[in-house]
Amino acid sequence: MNFLVFVKQVPDTETKIQIAGDGKSIVEDGVNFIVSPYDEIAIEEALLRKEALGGEITVATMGPNRGEAALRTALAMGCDKAVHLEDGAFEGADSFATAKALAAVVKKLNPDLVFFGKQGVGTDNTQVGQMVAEMAGFGHIGMCVKLEVDGDKIKGEREIEGGRETVEVSLPAVVVAQKGLNEPRYPALRGIMQAKRKPIEKLTVADLGLSADEVGAAGSRTEFASLELPPAREAGKKLEVEPEVAAKEIVAFLKNEAKAL
Amino acid sequence: MILVFAEQRDGVLKKASKEAVSEGKRLSSKLSVPVAALLMGKGADQAVDEVKKFGPDKVFVMEGASLDQYSADGFAEATANVAKEQGATVILFPATTMGVDVSPRVAARVEAGLVSDITGLDVADGKLVAIKPVYSGKALATVKFKSDIQMVTLRSNVFPLEENSSAPEVTKVDAAGISPKGMVVSTELKEGGKVELGEAAIIVSGGRGLKGPENFPLIEEVARLLGGAVGASRAAVDAGWIEHSHQVGQTGKVVSPVVYIACGISGAIQHIAGMGSSKFIIAINKDEDAPIFNIASLGIVGDLFKIIPALTEELKKLA
Ligand SMILES: Cc1cc2nc3c(=O)[nH]c(=O)nc-3n(C[C@H](O)[C@H](O)[C@H](O)COP(=O)(O)OP(=O)(O)OC[C@H]3O[C@@H](n4cnc5c(N)ncnc54)[C@H](O)[C@@H]3O)c2cc1C
Ligand SMILES: Nc1ncnc2c1ncn2[C@@H]1O[C@H](COP(=O)(O)O)[C@@H](O)[C@H]1O
Repeated sequence: MNFLVFVKQVPDTETKIQIAGDGKSIVEDGVNFIVSPYDEIAIEEALLRKEALGGEITVATMGPNRGEAALRTALAMGCDKAVHLEDGAFEGADSFATAKALAAVVKKLNPDLVFFGKQGVGTDNTQVGQMVAEMAGFGHIGMCVKLEVDGDKIKGEREIEGGRETVEVSLPAVVVAQKGLNEPRYPALRGIMQAKRKPIEKLTVADLGLSADEVGAAGSRTEFASLELPPAREAGKKLEVEPEVAAKEIVAFLKNEAKAL
Repeated sequence: MILVFAEQRDGVLKKASKEAVSEGKRLSSKLSVPVAALLMGKGADQAVDEVKKFGPDKVFVMEGASLDQYSADGFAEATANVAKEQGATVILFPATTMGVDVSPRVAARVEAGLVSDITGLDVADGKLVAIKPVYSGKALATVKFKSDIQMVTLRSNVFPLEENSSAPEVTKVDAAGISPKGMVVSTELKEGGKVELGEAAIIVSGGRGLKGPENFPLIEEVARLLGGAVGASRAAVDAGWIEHSHQVGQTGKVVSPVVYIACGISGAIQHIAGMGSSKFIIAINKDEDAPIFNIASLGIVGDLFKIIPALTEELKKLA
């Protein structure tokens, strides 16, 4: 079976956000970039499926040169080869323009099963996996927390409000990984050494058969007009009192300030 | 036209859908275009009376064998068809698990820009301007649209409910021709009767300070008395004290209740990512330097094993 996993490189979740001079992006100097945590879950699921069924896993990312580090991490975890969509024309893409480019990768590689993370942390869109599924004409399982491959179809559970639902989709299909699906492994030293020799293919807009105005900022349907730090939250009263007094204070707060009682 | 995807399950309209229709109504006066609610799937017909209360000019009802069970691609195709036929220029979704799953597919079909999980919406020069938290709430983006059709998903509990009775025209839409690729085959609702985290107005959350699973009933009782839901930090979830579906934070749920009560939670940045936009935050922690106090509207320094039972007693007096 042919597996394809999409990963996005994102700022470490601990990053202290500073707004750049243009007023719409963040300062990247000194920021540590990681594979988006949900994408690690997507990689792990592909690895588990390959271990059970055999086949090959391609990992792909769209992004600047530093994105190569994310691909090396995925290769060190056990993916077989990598594709890097690196071209100035891809820059500034929103979800729609990103999905356009990634859907072209799906078309080119013709995989049976495609994995995405639930969201690229940072922009927190939760869109690209579902959009690519639509553009590729595939069914998908969103927010997947349990997966079974059964011949030419997959069956998976997804979290919904107050419970779970089981979805069945025929292959080829997209799976969007949610936390709970598995516990991603850490790359072992041997994996890290091997990753250095695994191939990374670079693809440009032209290689994907797309034109520059379909991708990147030009192909985007939305744009950031500005980025601001949220107003700082003021800390309110802090009390160290007897439990009974504290309880009364909480109830009074719920009644008078929050108007929740 | 403004089209609102008004999620319902088995005839019950989601609270988040009511918020979305209320916002659609407000937008409709700002943009001077009509607003329509779209009800889809089994039970859609039974939700009509409820959706009318929030003032739509039109209601579309789509039922049929192909929509009896939820299907992301089937629901997306059906929504996109209505949007195209009606010439919708704005499509609103609640940011529920269904809204989040369906909306990107609709956006791909109608080639629209989509901004998810927004907390603010305005109009400038006839186009929408959306406010969206990014970097887990550490920054706020103002997002504009370049496409003709503009789509957003609305974060729950942020956009106020507004009753606005109307006598809309109700139109049945044929679901024939929709053949889903993926379909729900079964649904398991576990916690019947309990309030769902994403929609709760009050959330009582427990962290490592609760010490073990045997102590979660303490906060469950407070949640029950307040009509709220139970949340948890990742530390509590990773320890196996409570299921992941209760986790609040970067790798859990993002919630914005009216009141969030954090018990024995330190306030790590990844936890705040999930609850920092709550209207009021009450923190109970024995460490007076815990970072959660920096964002708490009311901070209680002390032992939760003494304070929570006292609070439970106090709340019982009100009942
Ligand atoms: C990529 C990534 C993603 C993450 N995602 C999430 C996420 O989604 N959600 C999340 O919550 N975390 C997340 N984390 C973990 C986060 O960094 C913290 O480790 C976690 O939130 C800590 O949980 P806690 O506050 O319950 O535990 P602790 O930090 O151990 O805090 C326990 C608190 O309880 C207090 N306490 C102890 N006993 C008592 C008592 N008797 N009475 C009163 N107070 C008491 C202590 O003073 C302490 O402040 C993530 C981390 C990473 C790296
Ligand atoms: N630039 C990108 N390159 C590769 N995959 C991406 C990219 N952006 C998003 N994705 C994938 O789409 C998922 C959802 O991203 P998003 O919709 O941006 O939250 C991510 O978890 C990745 O699997």
